[in-house]
Amino acid sequence: MPLVENGKIVEDRYVRLGAEDAIPDRVPVIVPAARFLAEADALIGRDGSLGVLWPNNKRVAELKPWLGHLALIALEFPKFRDGRAYSQARLLREQYGFRGTLRATGDVLRDQFSFLVRAGFDSFEVKKPADAAAFAKSVSRYSVHYQGSADGSLPALRRRLQPAATPKTGETA
Amino acid sequence: MYVYDAFDRTLVNERVAEFRDQVARRLSGELNEEEFKPLRLMNGVYLQLHAYMLRIAIPYGTLSSQQLRMLAHVARKYDRGYGHFTTRQNIQYHWIKLAELPDAMADLASVGMHGMQTSGNVVRNITTDQWAGVAPDEIEDPRIWAELIRQHVTLHPEFSFMPRKFKIAVGTAAHDRAALRIHDLALQMRHNAAGETGFEVMVGGGLGRTPFLAQTIKPFLHGRDVLSYVEAVLRTYNQFGRRDNIYKARIKILVHELGAEAFAKAVEAEWADIKDGALALDADVISDIAGRFVYPRYEKLTDNPGEFAAARKADRRFDAWVGNSVANHKVPGYAIVVVSLKPEGGTPGDATAAQMDALADLADRYSFGEIRVGHEQNLVLPHVAQRDLPALWRALEPLDLALPNVNSIADIISCPGLDYCSLANARSIPIAQEISKRFANLDLQRDLGRMHINISGCINACGHHHVGHIGILGVEKNGEEFYQITLGGKADEHAALGDLIGPAVRYAEVADVVEDIASAYLELRTRPDELFIDTLKRTGIEPFRERVYAAR
Repeated sequence: MPLVENGKIVEDRYVRLGAEDAIPDRVPVIVPAARFLAEADALIGRDGSLGVLWPNNKRVAELKPWLGHLALIALEFPKFRDGRAYSQARLLREQYGFRGTLRATGDVLRDQFSFLVRAGFDSFEVKKPADAAAFAKSVSRYSVHYQGSADGSLPALRRRLQPAATPKTGETA
Repeated sequence: MYVYDAFDRTLVNERVAEFRDQVARRLSGELNEEEFKPLRLMNGVYLQLHAYMLRIAIPYGTLSSQQLRMLAHVARKYDRGYGHFTTRQNIQYHWIKLAELPDAMADLASVGMHGMQTSGNVVRNITTDQWAGVAPDEIEDPRIWAELIRQHVTLHPEFSFMPRKFKIAVGTAAHDRAALRIHDLALQMRHNAAGETGFEVMVGGGLGRTPFLAQTIKPFLHGRDVLSYVEAVLRTYNQFGRRDNIYKARIKILVHELGAEAFAKAVEAEWADIKDGALALDADVISDIAGRFVYPRYEKLTDNPGEFAAARKADRRFDAWVGNSVANHKVPGYAIVVVSLKPEGGTPGDATAAQMDALADLADRYSFGEIRVGHEQNLVLPHVAQRDLPALWRALEPLDLALPNVNSIADIISCPGLDYCSLANARSIPIAQEISKRFANLDLQRDLGRMHINISGCINACGHHHVGHIGILGVEKNGEEFYQITLGGKADEHAALGDLIGPAVRYAEVADVVEDIASAYLELRTRPDELFIDTLKRTGIEPFRERVYAAR
């Protein structure tokens, strides 16, 4: 599965660990949620970037105490139609202030990219290589969005009130 | 009319470009039908029994004459010369060719129209009162609120893959003409004790196989908080709505399983975190959107001008049409005209390209270039000067658009049914056609008074049969079409679900059953002005059941 970050296909620095795998030192790792919660104190004390793989049916609020120690949170899309992780991403970014890497994993396809970016994801394990190659084109498909997004941009309803906003073009009937 | 600015137009044009690319990938074989399906669904393109179907949104039911002419053009150029207006203020074309879809969409985009979010598990077209802005009983124009919500939920990054579709309706009048309580989320404008305006918020309505009426989760919400609260409802639903079973995925099931109170609590918790953020609708944001709506420059006129009153006296047929199809307008000297799309033996909600073009011209001449679409599948000319009514009527008659059967037993709401739809179990349109022929006599229609028949060709209930005074639901038994009949449903401010009167009847018997119900009503009513629905309330369904099944 190709990994896309900053609009480019990159090598994955992280090693994804199972529930029983030994934890290597000084290597970035992603651990499953249950193991993370059970061993959190030991994990955050170790040397090396720490990530957690968080399922989409578990409240991300549980991660609040650890957010400052996490370099990465991977959120899951078991099927592309299952959009729970979009809410998790926005909560992490906009409500809980998570500034680490937010990775989308699972059934991640071309036509979700724009939604994912605007929800706050910045790392993408893309299912199909052709989709990964089309990433930059897909996310630039739209030059305008009505909503604000995780990067702090304002909703169109507010942007229109700013001095440089698009003028009304209405003619009277 | 809301007037699109460069921002709105850019988004719609970019959508067309994206869809053109997706169709090209499908036609070249790069995408198979399974991969293409979710992409086309995001643009209102369904694959039906015989062809692709294109559903175009008519936000809050408002059309300009220019837009209606474009709908006629699309019907003529890309379809078979007609379009079908639906129960949710959309229009559908049932015979579109895949290769021509991008061009059809580009033509529509040139007048600001699109199929975005008319299908798929997203927030669908926001609907409201078809008399918005002109009804004497409204507090303010609901379309401003519908437009604020429309913009916010269009291609929303968080809510484009929800458990299931999500329908929102907004009402601001005393009478509910938008069927609010059968929506996933409904906003009804109210005054609070301090005399301020705001909204009662209702959630969890919906028909289908498990019908529920929406329940109130917040009695009063300030206008400032509408977007943040809608966001909190959607976020709660997106996270906790069921995804294990498509039939249990609508928000109504979540609200039912949690209970309205617990659901409301969950929403309040989400809302508390965001209510004072970027979504708070400060007065300048609301007035900016309100300022993008263009209103007619009405003349100073008086009600009931001489030529109008004289025409009513002189022509009984004109008078009957006025009595049936013309409603009071909030501006003196003006009227709201409902244009029936329910001709005898016709398909409810269908309009030909020629009718659409002609109506667009009449709207330019008599209604400030504006047309509305209502959930009853009729059209409306919302701003007609009363003195122009005789001329308008004479122009509508030859178009077959002046039938005075609005709100009558012949004003049937129907889904497309098995003639078009791949989900249907039974035909709907021929049932509607047969009933409208049986009750074609206008004196009989008038005598029967207000009577709503709703027909659905399957349990998905697109014809809203649960809330018809007489509901007709097509089912399939051993390969044969059968129809369940319910009585007593209502879609207005006294919304109610109908009760089943007994075993399903065969296709050929449905119109007979409706005749039995109608004649039982004429015998049971205590006086001519006791409406069918009131007689039914008084007697219960038993005497109707007896009449229907006595001879069967």
